[in-house]
Amino acid sequence: MGKKMNKNSYIREVPRASWFLKQPRYIRYMAREVTSLFIGAYTLMLVIAIKRVAEGPDAFQNFLEILYSPLGILFNISTLLAALYHSTSWFNVTPQAMPIQWGEEFVSGRIIVGAHYIIWIAISILILVFGV
Amino acid sequence: MSKSNKPIVWGLFAAGGMATALVTPVLTFLTLLTALHFTPSLFTYECLHTMASYWIGKLIIFVFVTLSLWHSAHRMRITAHDFGIRSDLLIAIILYCVAAIGTILTGFSLLSIH
Amino acid sequence: MSERQIQIEVLRYNPETDIEPTIQAYTVSCLNEWVVLDALNYIKDNLDATLSYRWSCHMAVCGSCGMMINGEPKLACKAFIHEYSDRIRVEPLVHFPIKRDLITDIEDFIAKFASVKPYLIPKEKRPISDGEYQQKPEDLLKFKQYTLCINCMLCYSACPKYGLVPEFIGPAAISIAHRYNQDSRDGGRHHRQEIIASSEGVWECSFVGACSEVCPKHVDPAGALQQVKLASTIDWYREHLMPWVKK
Ligand code: FES
Repeated sequence: MGKKMNKNSYIREVPRASWFLKQPRYIRYMAREVTSLFIGAYTLMLVIAIKRVAEGPDAFQNFLEILYSPLGILFNISTLLAALYHSTSWFNVTPQAMPIQWGEEFVSGRIIVGAHYIIWIAISILILVFGV
Repeated sequence: MSKSNKPIVWGLFAAGGMATALVTPVLTFLTLLTALHFTPSLFTYECLHTMASYWIGKLIIFVFVTLSLWHSAHRMRITAHDFGIRSDLLIAIILYCVAAIGTILTGFSLLSIH
Repeated sequence: MSERQIQIEVLRYNPETDIEPTIQAYTVSCLNEWVVLDALNYIKDNLDATLSYRWSCHMAVCGSCGMMINGEPKLACKAFIHEYSDRIRVEPLVHFPIKRDLITDIEDFIAKFASVKPYLIPKEKRPISDGEYQQKPEDLLKFKQYTLCINCMLCYSACPKYGLVPEFIGPAAISIAHRYNQDSRDGGRHHRQEIIASSEGVWECSFVGACSEVCPKHVDPAGALQQVKLASTIDWYREHLMPWVKK
């Protein structure tokens, strides 16, 4: 740790690139942030998929061939895990960001989180029923 | 001190965070099935093409892809800083440009599907 | 009453003689109902009168005894010995310069706290003859939890963003601004927005959430900051996309 003196006070510097190794809660936070890499890459994949659909059946078939590769499978598995982590970490903090006041009390955080989970499951089932 | 312009992107980030939290897991599950050759009907050319040929389908796809792009671009910008990369402006320009190009590309692709 | 021999390791620093802080260990036989502050008081009274630290109330009210206990920001008067093993490491709050031993330099926090105008700014001047302001319980609920802050600065020690970007105004200061913004008697939000909606303000936060986890008074600063972001974002869209709507 780079440390230095300043007008007789001692400053403990925070390591720029490894600060998050200090506490488990920081690691959980970083894991949450890193999900964006997977979700970002996955969204670019969707952008390409849409472009291939616009170009016609053959182009789309080419796109599918890439998806079938071991790398494509691995990418989808890791994105699925990252997406699940993103969803749970996102819903779990909704009561903090969007508290709902009902008269003289706040609606319990569990109800707000629970409502998000219910909507999440409902949408997922809907897409599954429609999509499979 | 003056008010920051971060709200422009943060609004998209927050909306995209909610949209991806609700939809991305099931979507990745479907594409994983596709990758494993259990192709669900949603991920066939015919189905995607039909969906994107309706205005409402175009709109849903466009809104979701756009929010998801800006959500992840913004979060990646923060993540880069968290890993100690301090050239924030450069990182922001690159990531937001990619998101913007993705947005435009999606728009054009969807418009060309009839 | 059960007693336990405990090694208290204290990070010590004397600005007149030391180049950098060093660990000094004291063995203290602690009563089971003691808190870490009691152990420090024992050391000061019986073992080493030179040990310096801040405290006053011994009941989690004054907010002066914040320190790192086994790497976690804690109030020393609320950290019970029986929750720890036989070896306890005590350090001054991180992210603050060390002045001496466990005493940190808190000037930066005080200045930031004052900068957000943490007091009522009435919407218009009201003569005393108009009587008192009236608030319903639901008006009080909107800001009550933020009034519980004791300015102990544990949240600044927990916040990695404050550690990395010292200009960040930080959790407690933005929460107290939110407290007054939420008060039905107050009309000063736009003054505070100039500070807290700047990039050194709430936008330095990325919702790590550590501040709320360590807060001894359950103020939930992280929640307050997200609410401030949401409100500032709505402001921005209003101002730039709907300029015809008056603030
Ligand atoms: S001594 Fe007052 S808060 Fe601990």
